[in-house]
Amino acid sequence: MKNHITQKLGFLGLFLCISITLLFLGAIIFFITARGIKVISWEFLTQVPRSGMTAGGIAPAIVGTFYITLGAILFALPLGLACAIYLCEYSPKGIVVNIIRISINNLAGVPSVVFGLFGLAVFVKYFKFGVSILSGSLTLGILVLPLIISSTQEALLAVPQSIREASLSLGATKWKTIKNIVLPTALPGILTGVILSIGRVAGETAPILFTAAAFYTRGFPKSAFSEVMALPYHIYALMTEGAHPDKQRAIAYGCSLVLLLMVLCISGIAIFIRQRQKGLHG
Amino acid sequence: MKRARIKEKIYQGIFTVLAFASLVFLVGIVIVLFKEGLPIFKRVSISQFLFGQNWYPTYSTPEFGILPLILASVWVTLGAVIVCVPLGVGSALYLHELAGHKQRTILKPLVELLASIPSVVYGFFGMVILTPFLQNLFHLPTGLTALNASLILGIMATPTVCSLADDALSYVPKSFREASFAVGANRWQTLTQVVIPAAGSGISTAIILGMSRAIGETMTVLMVSGGAAVIPHSYLEPVRPMTAAIAAEMGEAPMGGDHYHALFAIALVLFLTTFVFNIVAEFISRRFRIKLGLSG
Amino acid sequence: MKGFNKVVLLALVILGLTIPSYADKIVVEGSTTVLPIAQKAAETFMDKNSGADISVRGGGSGVGIASLIDGNCDIADSSRPIKDTELDKAVTNGRSLKANVVAMDGIVVIVNPANKVNALTKKQIRDIFTGAISNWNQLDGPDDKIVVISRDSSSGTFEAWGTLVLEGSKVRADALLQASNQAVATTVASTPGAIGYVGLGYVTSSVKAVDVDGVKASKETVLTNKYPIGRPLFMYTNGTPQGLAKEFIDFILSPDGQKLVDEEGFVPLK
Repeated sequence: MKNHITQKLGFLGLFLCISITLLFLGAIIFFITARGIKVISWEFLTQVPRSGMTAGGIAPAIVGTFYITLGAILFALPLGLACAIYLCEYSPKGIVVNIIRISINNLAGVPSVVFGLFGLAVFVKYFKFGVSILSGSLTLGILVLPLIISSTQEALLAVPQSIREASLSLGATKWKTIKNIVLPTALPGILTGVILSIGRVAGETAPILFTAAAFYTRGFPKSAFSEVMALPYHIYALMTEGAHPDKQRAIAYGCSLVLLLMVLCISGIAIFIRQRQKGLHG
Repeated sequence: MKRARIKEKIYQGIFTVLAFASLVFLVGIVIVLFKEGLPIFKRVSISQFLFGQNWYPTYSTPEFGILPLILASVWVTLGAVIVCVPLGVGSALYLHELAGHKQRTILKPLVELLASIPSVVYGFFGMVILTPFLQNLFHLPTGLTALNASLILGIMATPTVCSLADDALSYVPKSFREASFAVGANRWQTLTQVVIPAAGSGISTAIILGMSRAIGETMTVLMVSGGAAVIPHSYLEPVRPMTAAIAAEMGEAPMGGDHYHALFAIALVLFLTTFVFNIVAEFISRRFRIKLGLSG
Repeated sequence: MKGFNKVVLLALVILGLTIPSYADKIVVEGSTTVLPIAQKAAETFMDKNSGADISVRGGGSGVGIASLIDGNCDIADSSRPIKDTELDKAVTNGRSLKANVVAMDGIVVIVNPANKVNALTKKQIRDIFTGAISNWNQLDGPDDKIVVISRDSSSGTFEAWGTLVLEGSKVRADALLQASNQAVATTVASTPGAIGYVGLGYVTSSVKAVDVDGVKASKETVLTNKYPIGRPLFMYTNGTPQGLAKEFIDFILSPDGQKLVDEEGFVPLK
């Protein structure tokens, strides 16, 4: 009987754990939606900031985040694909694969602010790209590289070996097999990884603090060497800088809601696709 | 035929070279941190830097002791562990052991969604919701405290711990459970006496990586920890963890000056810490896999 | 894979279409204290001159000046005069930085409205902030512990405070550090024994301003240098400002621009 009660209590404890975890998810979404929704309007999404950042919209920040994210994925995707293909398809053995694997794991664990310093020292200063979309994109590209590699690897590993063997036995070369058979089969999995990466990159703040972000600009960036406003940085700036904290806070709520919705939708799509794939393949 | 073979070689060559990109970047980061961080040790000794109790980088006679910053990081990370270990491991156990298939397909994505919320949104939430709440609850002069940072970091690290612990649990062979049921243990006893010990090192890997995530997190601690560079003695006071110091002060540090180098040196300390955490996690998880008869 | 190629191509085209042009663009970067002025002025200026493109970045005085020396920005906001080391570097890089004062900033010492103390000397204030005085009864006040509220050591206001009031000595380690003027004012308003300092524009009825060395803080006393805790705010340029940079600084110095300075809580020059 005593055992039975302990079990009941234990299970209740576990249930509480997951409930509290999800409660926070709910609370974050609820508070930000409830207070941000009042601010959001068509004007808010399409106008530039007005009256010393206390009115108007956040359009330059949305555009800036789009460009930085696009640049980061353009940089990281080819590298990530190549690395994953090398690891899975050319199956190097022993020390080489271990070195690459360990460096991927460790790169994934580097704190985001350290990426920011790296970007500042290398892209902004050494290569003289200045504070720009280019510097920010490269910095974020490196940050997201491990994520792209590991999700691509997973997708490639899920491709049955028999398909590869069939293609090779028909006389196709290794590269042709990869290009025509393996990659198209793995494409949905690779795309899922890319979508997840987009969500991650769009929300990162610390790496662009010194490499890409501007407090205030107007209109579209003129080139890859322009600095831009970005949604996550804009939230931070509204909360910590400027002279009208109370009025800025309302804008910050709206901005957070836009970013939150964007990231949750992007990640939600990726998680949904992955879930379905898992369902299909057992 | 010969051209095709050359083409093959070229492609393989390209992939091989690009595959080393991660290594190049990692080494690049290390080189930059050393190159920009080491000059500070011409000004202060390593032990003065690491164990100095005063962080006054902007005074006319600056002091570069980062002990308060290190302890603040340790402090909020430990606080985060207290939050994320029960929540993360508990959630993983629930998902893996109690939730049915249907429940799991709904709950697991929700936990993953929690992981995808940007850190600046967590920081914002902490500033506008948690800060006034804690301030009123404990009658504090400011709600931006180590406790606030710990709570938010803990929530942020929970999905990491949860999904890694979930993986670890799925490696525990079915036969372990069956054997336990066969000797008459109930589900809870099986869980606590067989499954958790078997998955133990996998779960500790999860916790270490969760800690690593918490110690390196920047925006949230920058926004909610309060920013006082003093040796912490209470969770209800503001602190200044290493990441916050770097992010907040890089802007005021004249390029190439002592303060600039000191901030890179802090980044080096931070990098080495998370590096060690990752290596330890790697080591434990490898032993775990071998113990359970899985290939490394 | 065809789809991939197309996406990549399209993206490259989008990036390529954004052709570089620097003609009517300036970047203003630096001190977070000057940031609100620069932002508001840029906004108003661009409303009047539709061809102009002005980006405003924070970062801090040090970053702004370094950036100006490296040629990465056109105007460097600064809440302090340039340092000797920075001057040397500018000379090495072949630049002669010109200081343009755009506004004055007065730092006001505030206490809780319930506090009976109305005036302090600069020395007393320094003693309070360094910890030599720790109870209001040492200043003919009630027997109440003094709660010191200071700014984050990375802020420009903190730096000015350190130079103008503390004169190099250190703030007591247990001071509460707040991240903004607003936060300091709120904390002082809600904590009976508190003392803090904020920019002139942030003094509200919920806190009490204290006279320093017998002078009341006001726009006039700051401007005439009678009030002891004031400082000029700068916009540095490379040589005498030219083109858009000149127009922009001229605008800030014009009556319209100085009105913005006033609105943002700083002291206009005229």
